[in-house]
Amino acid sequence: MGLRLGSNRKLALLAILLLTPLLSGCGQDFLLLKPAGPVARTEMHLMERAAIPMGIVILFVIVLLAIVVIRFRDTPDNKAPYTPDWHGSKRLETIWFVIPVLILAFISVPMVKQTFKLAKVPVTSGDPITIDVVSIDWKWLFEYPGQKVATVNYVKIPVNTPVLFELTAYSPMNTFWVPQLGGMEYTMPGRVLPLWLQASYAGVYTGRSANFSGSGYAKMIFSVDAVSSSQFQSWISQVASTASPLTGPEYQSLLQQDLVQTQTYYGYPSYTFPSQLNGFTLNGGMYIASPLPSKKSTSA
Amino acid sequence: MGAIIAKLFPPSTYDSAIILGADAAIILVSAAVVIILTKYKRWQWLWKEWITSADHKKIGIMYLIVAVTMLFRGGVDALMMRSQLAIPDNTLLTANHYDEIFTTHGTIMVFFMAMPFIFALFNVAVPLLIGARDVAFPRLNAISLWLTIFAALLFNVSFVIGGSPNAGWTAYPPLTEMSFNPGLGQNYYLMSLLISGVGTVATGVNFLVTIIRMRAPGMTLMRMPMFVWSALVTSALIIFAFPALTVALALTLLDRVGGSTFFTLGHGGMPMMYVNLFWIWGHPEVYILVLPAFGVFSEVVATFSQKRLFGYSTMVVSVLAITALSFGVWVHHFFTMGAGASINVFFGLSTMLIAIPTGVKVFNWIFTMWQGRVRLTVPMLYALAFIPTFVIGGASGVMLATVPADYQLNNTYFLVAHFHNVLIGGVVFGLLAGMYYWWPKMFGYMLDERWGRRAFWLFFVGFWVTFVPQYFLGLEGMPRRIFTYPAGLGWTGLNQISTVGAFMMGAGFVVLVYDILYSVLHMVRDTTGDPWNGRTLEWSLPSPVPEYNFAVVPIVNDRDAWWEMKRSGNGQPNWPSAKAIRGLHVPKHSAQPFFLGLSFFILGWGVVYEWWWIALFGLVAVLASLVYAMMDYDEVEEIDPDTIRGIEGRFGRLQA
Ligand code: HEM
Ligand SMILES: [Cu+2]
Repeated sequence: MGLRLGSNRKLALLAILLLTPLLSGCGQDFLLLKPAGPVARTEMHLMERAAIPMGIVILFVIVLLAIVVIRFRDTPDNKAPYTPDWHGSKRLETIWFVIPVLILAFISVPMVKQTFKLAKVPVTSGDPITIDVVSIDWKWLFEYPGQKVATVNYVKIPVNTPVLFELTAYSPMNTFWVPQLGGMEYTMPGRVLPLWLQASYAGVYTGRSANFSGSGYAKMIFSVDAVSSSQFQSWISQVASTASPLTGPEYQSLLQQDLVQTQTYYGYPSYTFPSQLNGFTLNGGMYIASPLPSKKSTSA
Repeated sequence: MGAIIAKLFPPSTYDSAIILGADAAIILVSAAVVIILTKYKRWQWLWKEWITSADHKKIGIMYLIVAVTMLFRGGVDALMMRSQLAIPDNTLLTANHYDEIFTTHGTIMVFFMAMPFIFALFNVAVPLLIGARDVAFPRLNAISLWLTIFAALLFNVSFVIGGSPNAGWTAYPPLTEMSFNPGLGQNYYLMSLLISGVGTVATGVNFLVTIIRMRAPGMTLMRMPMFVWSALVTSALIIFAFPALTVALALTLLDRVGGSTFFTLGHGGMPMMYVNLFWIWGHPEVYILVLPAFGVFSEVVATFSQKRLFGYSTMVVSVLAITALSFGVWVHHFFTMGAGASINVFFGLSTMLIAIPTGVKVFNWIFTMWQGRVRLTVPMLYALAFIPTFVIGGASGVMLATVPADYQLNNTYFLVAHFHNVLIGGVVFGLLAGMYYWWPKMFGYMLDERWGRRAFWLFFVGFWVTFVPQYFLGLEGMPRRIFTYPAGLGWTGLNQISTVGAFMMGAGFVVLVYDILYSVLHMVRDTTGDPWNGRTLEWSLPSPVPEYNFAVVPIVNDRDAWWEMKRSGNGQPNWPSAKAIRGLHVPKHSAQPFFLGLSFFILGWGVVYEWWWIALFGLVAVLASLVYAMMDYDEVEEIDPDTIRGIEGRFGRLQA
C-alpha cells in the first residue's frame, strides 16, 4: 500500500513539473501547430487525425492497466476472481485485433489521399514560380531561374502562390524546412527533389536545416519573406537595377565551409545548379524537368 | 615521431576541461582496476575462471558487465548533452564536442549497451529455459563475447586516442567522407562496428541453432517459453539484417581509405544507397532490440500474475508477424528523401501494420494479469511501467508513419522523444526487468527490492520528465542534433525540464549500482533456486546454476513446465536420482577466443590509423588464431558422475 501512495505522490509531482511551463505559457511557440500555408495546414490536420485516436487508445490502456493492477493485487484479502489456468479467449483477442485495424484505417485513408495530393503542385490562378535551392556548408543559396535573381540565406516569395522549390546540395545532406509553411525535404548532392510550399499570409518565416551536416549545422538558418505579388515584383525589379551578378570567384568562396550573412545577386552562373543529373530516385525516375510548365531560362 | 604523436593525440580533441577531466577519470579508473586486481592477486582467477571460460552463464555475466559499463558511458554522454542544452547559447561544449558526444551516445547505447545486455539475458536464460546443458557452439559463443568486448574497447579508445566519431550514430555519407570528416573518429566507428557485427552474427547463428536443436525432450516449439521465441526470431533477424549493415559500413570504409566512390558527393556516388542499406538493417535492428524485451515481459508478467500467459499462440503469431513486417518498413526513416508518393504510402501503411500485432501483445499482457494475482516486485514494476510507456511510443510512431505529418516531425525532437519512448520504455525497462528477474539465477542472491524500487521510480519519473517536454519541443520546431539554440524561441523552459529529468535518470543509475553493492554486502541467498515461484525450467535448478546445468535432462509435458512439475508433485519436484546421473561433457576453457578478439582489435586499430603494418600483423594473428581453433579438437572435458552427485547432494537435491 505504501508503494501506491508513494507512486501517487510522485505522479502528482510529475504532472506539476510537466504542466508548469505549458500553463504558464512562458513564450511557448508551437510552430507546427501554427500553419501559415496549405501544406503545413494539411500536415497539421493529419497529425491531429492520428493524435486523437491514439490519445484515446493511450488513455484506455492506462485506465485498464490501473484497474487490473488495483483489482488483482496479490493481497491476502483480495476477493477478486483468480483463474490461474485461464490462458486465452479467441473472442477477446479478435476484439483487440479488429479495433486497431479500424483505428489505423481511420488514420490511413486520409493519409494516403493527402500524400498523393501534396505530391503535386496545385493549379491555381496565381502565377507559380520556381526557386532552385542549393545547400552548401553551412548556408542556403536560392536561385530564381525565371527572374535571374540569386540570394543567400533568405528568400522572398509572393503570398498565395505555390512555390516550387527544387532542392539539391553541394555539401553533405541537409533538409530544407520552413515549419510554418510545410514539412522538410532532403537536399542531396547529385539529385534534385521537388517540394512545393505556399504562404497564405504575408510574414517572415524561419527556415532551417534539420539534418545534421557538421559543425555549422545548428546555425544553418534562413528566412522566408512572404510578400504580396506587387511587392514581390517591385523587389525583383529593384534587385535587377541595384544588385551585381554572382561571379565565379564569389561562388567559389560560398563553397567554403563557413557561415555567411544574407546576400543578393542579379544573375548567376548556370553551372551553380545542376541541369542534368546522374542521380536516381527509388521509383526509378530520372530527374528530367520540373513538374511545372517550364519557365526555366538559361540564366546569365 | 612528432607526426605520430600528433596523430595519436590530435590537439583538437583535448581543448575542453570536461573532456580532459573525463580522460583523467578514465585513466584513473583503469589504473585503479589494475591495482586492485594485482593487490588481491586476482589476475589468475580472472584469467582461469572468466576470460577463458566458455560457460554460457559466465559469458552472460560478462556481457552484463559490458552492458552496464556502457550504460554508464552512454549515460554520461547523455548528461553532457542535456547540460549543454539547458541554457541557450551555452558554451559548455563546442559544436564539435557536442557532435562527438551525440554520436558516441547513440552508437554506444545501441551497439555496446543494448546488444550486449540482450546477449547477456540470452546467455543466462535461453539454455536453462529449454532444458539444455549449453549453447550449440560454446567456443563460438566465447568468440562472440570477446569480439564484442574488443570492439567496444576499440570504440571507446577513440575518446582518448585519436578523436571520437562525430557524424551521428547513423553516419550518413557524404558527411563521413574523408574530405568532410578527415579525423580518425569515423574510422573507429566503422571498424568497431564491423568487428562487433561479426560477433553479433555469430551469436545469432548460435542461438538459432541452440533453440532449434537443443530443446529438452517434450519441449515442442509451441511449448517454448515466450522469451525463447523472442530469442529465436531475434536470432533470425540478426542473421538476415546485419549483412546489410556490414556492407554499408565496409563500402564506407572503402570510400574513406580505399579511394572508392560508392557514397561520395562527387564521381557519381550515391549517398542515398547507404541510407537504404543502413535502414534495411536499422529497422529490423529496432526489433532485434525490443523483441527480447517483449520476451522478458511475457515471462515476468506471467510469473508475477501467478497465471498462465494469455493468448500464447497469438503471442507467437504476433512475434512472427512483427519479424516479417519489420523488413518491409525501412523507408519510413526517410520519407523526406522524396522517393515519391506511392513509395511513401506503401511504407507508411506497412509501418502502421506493425502496430497491430504490437497492440495485440499489449492487451494480451494486460489480460495475463486479469484474474491473476499481481505481485509488485521490481521486475513487475518495470513491466507495468513498460506498458503505458511503450503504448505512447507506439502511438507517436503511428503519427510519424502518417507520411505528411512525418514531413514536419522527421528529424525533430518529436522523433527523439518517440524512439526514446520505445527504446527506454521498451528495451531498457525490459532489460532491467530481466536483470532483476534472473539476477538470483546468475549470482545466487537477490537484489534488494527496496533500493530496486527507488531506482525504478527515479528511472520511471525521470524518463517522463525528460521526454515529454521533447515531444513539445518537436512541435515547436526544434531539430535534433543542434548543439545550441538562441534564447527567445520558447525552447528554453522545456529544455531545462528535460535536463532535470535526465539527471533524475542519472540518479536512478547511481541508485541501481548502489542496489547491487548493497545486495552484495547484505547477501540474501537464494537457497531454493526458485525465489519468485517461477513457471519455467530455469527455476528448477539451484542458484547459481552448476556448470553442467541439468544433472538429468528434464522431460517437458507442458508450456509452464516447472509450474506443472511443482503442481503434479504436490510442490515436491522430482530431484534426480543418483542412478540416473551420468558423466557429462562441458566445454573446456580456452584462451583462443580472447586472443582472436585481441587480434581483431589490433587489425581494427591498424586500419583506423591506416598503419598497414599493424593491420597486417593483426590480420595474421586473426588467421593464426582461427587455424589454431580449427586444429584444436580437444574442446570438451568430462565431469564424472560422482562430482555431479556431490554437487547435487550439496544442494540437497539427490534421491537415492
Ligand atoms: C508501433 C510501432 C512503431 C512505429 C509505428 C514506429 C514508427 C517510426 C517511424 C515512422 C520512424 C521514422 C520517423 C522519422 O525518422 O521521421 C521511427 C523512427 C525510429 N524508431 Fe520507431 N516505430 C515503432 C516502434 C519502434 C520501436 C519498437 C523501436 C525500438 C525499440 C523504434 C525505434 C526507432 C528509432 C531508433 C527511430 C529513429 C532512428 C533515428 O533516426 O536515429 N521504433 N519509428
Ligand atoms: Cu524504423
